[in-house]
Amino acid sequence: MHNLSLALEGAWRVLVVGLLLGAGLPAVFALGIRSLAMTGGGSSVTAGDEPVDAPTSAIGKTLATLCFLLVLLGVAVGITFIVASGFGKALSFEHLYPTLIDK
Amino acid sequence: MTSELVVLVLVVITGLGFDFTNGFHDTGNAMATSIATGALRPKVAVALSASLNLLGAFLSVEVALTVTNAVIKIQDKSGAPKAEFLAGGGNALLIIVMAGLVGGIVWNLVTWLVGLPSSSSHALFGGLIGAGIAGLGFGGVNWVGDGSKLDGVVGKVILPALLSPVIAAFVATVGTWLIYRITAGVSKRRTESGFRWGQIGSASLVSLAHGTNDAQKTMGVITLALIASGHWSQTGEIPLWVKFSCALAIAAGTYLGGWRIIRTLGKGLVEISSPQGMAAESSSAAVILASSHLGFALSTTHVATGSILGSGVGRPGAEVRWRVAGRMAAAWLITLPAAALVGAVMWFVAHSIGGAAGAVVVFAILVVASVGMWLRSRLQPVGAHNVNDEWSGATTTAVRPSVNA
Repeated sequence: MHNLSLALEGAWRVLVVGLLLGAGLPAVFALGIRSLAMTGGGSSVTAGDEPVDAPTSAIGKTLATLCFLLVLLGVAVGITFIVASGFGKALSFEHLYPTLIDK
Repeated sequence: MTSELVVLVLVVITGLGFDFTNGFHDTGNAMATSIATGALRPKVAVALSASLNLLGAFLSVEVALTVTNAVIKIQDKSGAPKAEFLAGGGNALLIIVMAGLVGGIVWNLVTWLVGLPSSSSHALFGGLIGAGIAGLGFGGVNWVGDGSKLDGVVGKVILPALLSPVIAAFVATVGTWLIYRITAGVSKRRTESGFRWGQIGSASLVSLAHGTNDAQKTMGVITLALIASGHWSQTGEIPLWVKFSCALAIAAGTYLGGWRIIRTLGKGLVEISSPQGMAAESSSAAVILASSHLGFALSTTHVATGSILGSGVGRPGAEVRWRVAGRMAAAWLITLPAAALVGAVMWFVAHSIGGAAGAVVVFAILVVASVGMWLRSRLQPVGAHNVNDEWSGATTTAVRPSVNA
């Protein structure tokens, strides 16, 4: 059963990439949300659900921006992949950062 | 019109019809969670998904002419139809393709009627397998490929169907768990609005990927029919009108919205919140893209359902309706054989009548079956107005008619 071993091998790789991008990026996004909730006191946790009017602290804003940028970068790679595969190109990760190559 | 042309025209119309059902059957994969959490109003969600599907269909210039090769043996490696099918304007091949498409459409409509998200690609493959067995015998089906790569019914259909929902569910479980851990204690006001944006973004990515993947399949099948009947000769290119009409068909289907399926996915499986929705759609997008990158064929529906289920498992205290999940799993198991059965019966009908008349009769059966199921659906309509109503414990068909009031 070549198919079975090939499928398990494929599944394993999909799982790794899926976890990195599919669970990792949302976690980074969540960090961004948490950073936005950082107010002057340095705490990101508020009591209860009452409206929080305290503005986000500077460090919170910086952290949040970094997190959201990272997520946007991930999404950009995703879109590039969709578009590239349509034009006969492929994304290569051999240099760690993604590069476009011919299929 | 010659009888060959009649058959060809019917195959093209049936192909576009399948593409249309493919669209509305899969709207929920991308948009069910955004609709359920109120991140997008239902009509806005389907319009966004339809636009992205349209865009995706045009982005996919890669030719998927060899789509039938995964399951049956009517084409060679380049995508050209095998020589033995070319007699009489490719009639033998056209009838197999048409019977297969009808099998796919009928099964898509049945599962839509009962509100179950089954895989459109499995329905298409099932129909083709059934028509292939009927027309060519068991030897006409590509069961396991040649062993050098994942191929055949086992490698391209069955194994991915078993593995992909599990992978997607696991990724979504981890994602949801992480999100809830990280944002624990952050006020709900901030998380709800923040994650809505994340949810819309990730759902859009799923829609785009869907358009590039699924529209191609129908483009490939229609182009195959054109080649077999001698109306097109290039295997490296798809006629522009085929591309346009397929893109429009899948987008129109998406815009129509398979509300019954959206309801099951968004409300039936788990009660979903914005953070869960984002985790689910991110998992779907990542798994779909990673799979197509690694050449692992899978169904968007299986992935999306697995992800939504996983987002329920990963959230502390969330309720997962395993009975609904069980019904879905059962529907997945019978999708392939059921569509195959319809495909085979349609092939026998067309073959025993023969020629253009056979194709016309099969087409008429399809129209009658479709209209019948549509009329049945009107008895308990599900639409943008009631898609988010409280889940009553049963599936869509049991929605009280009074919800219209």
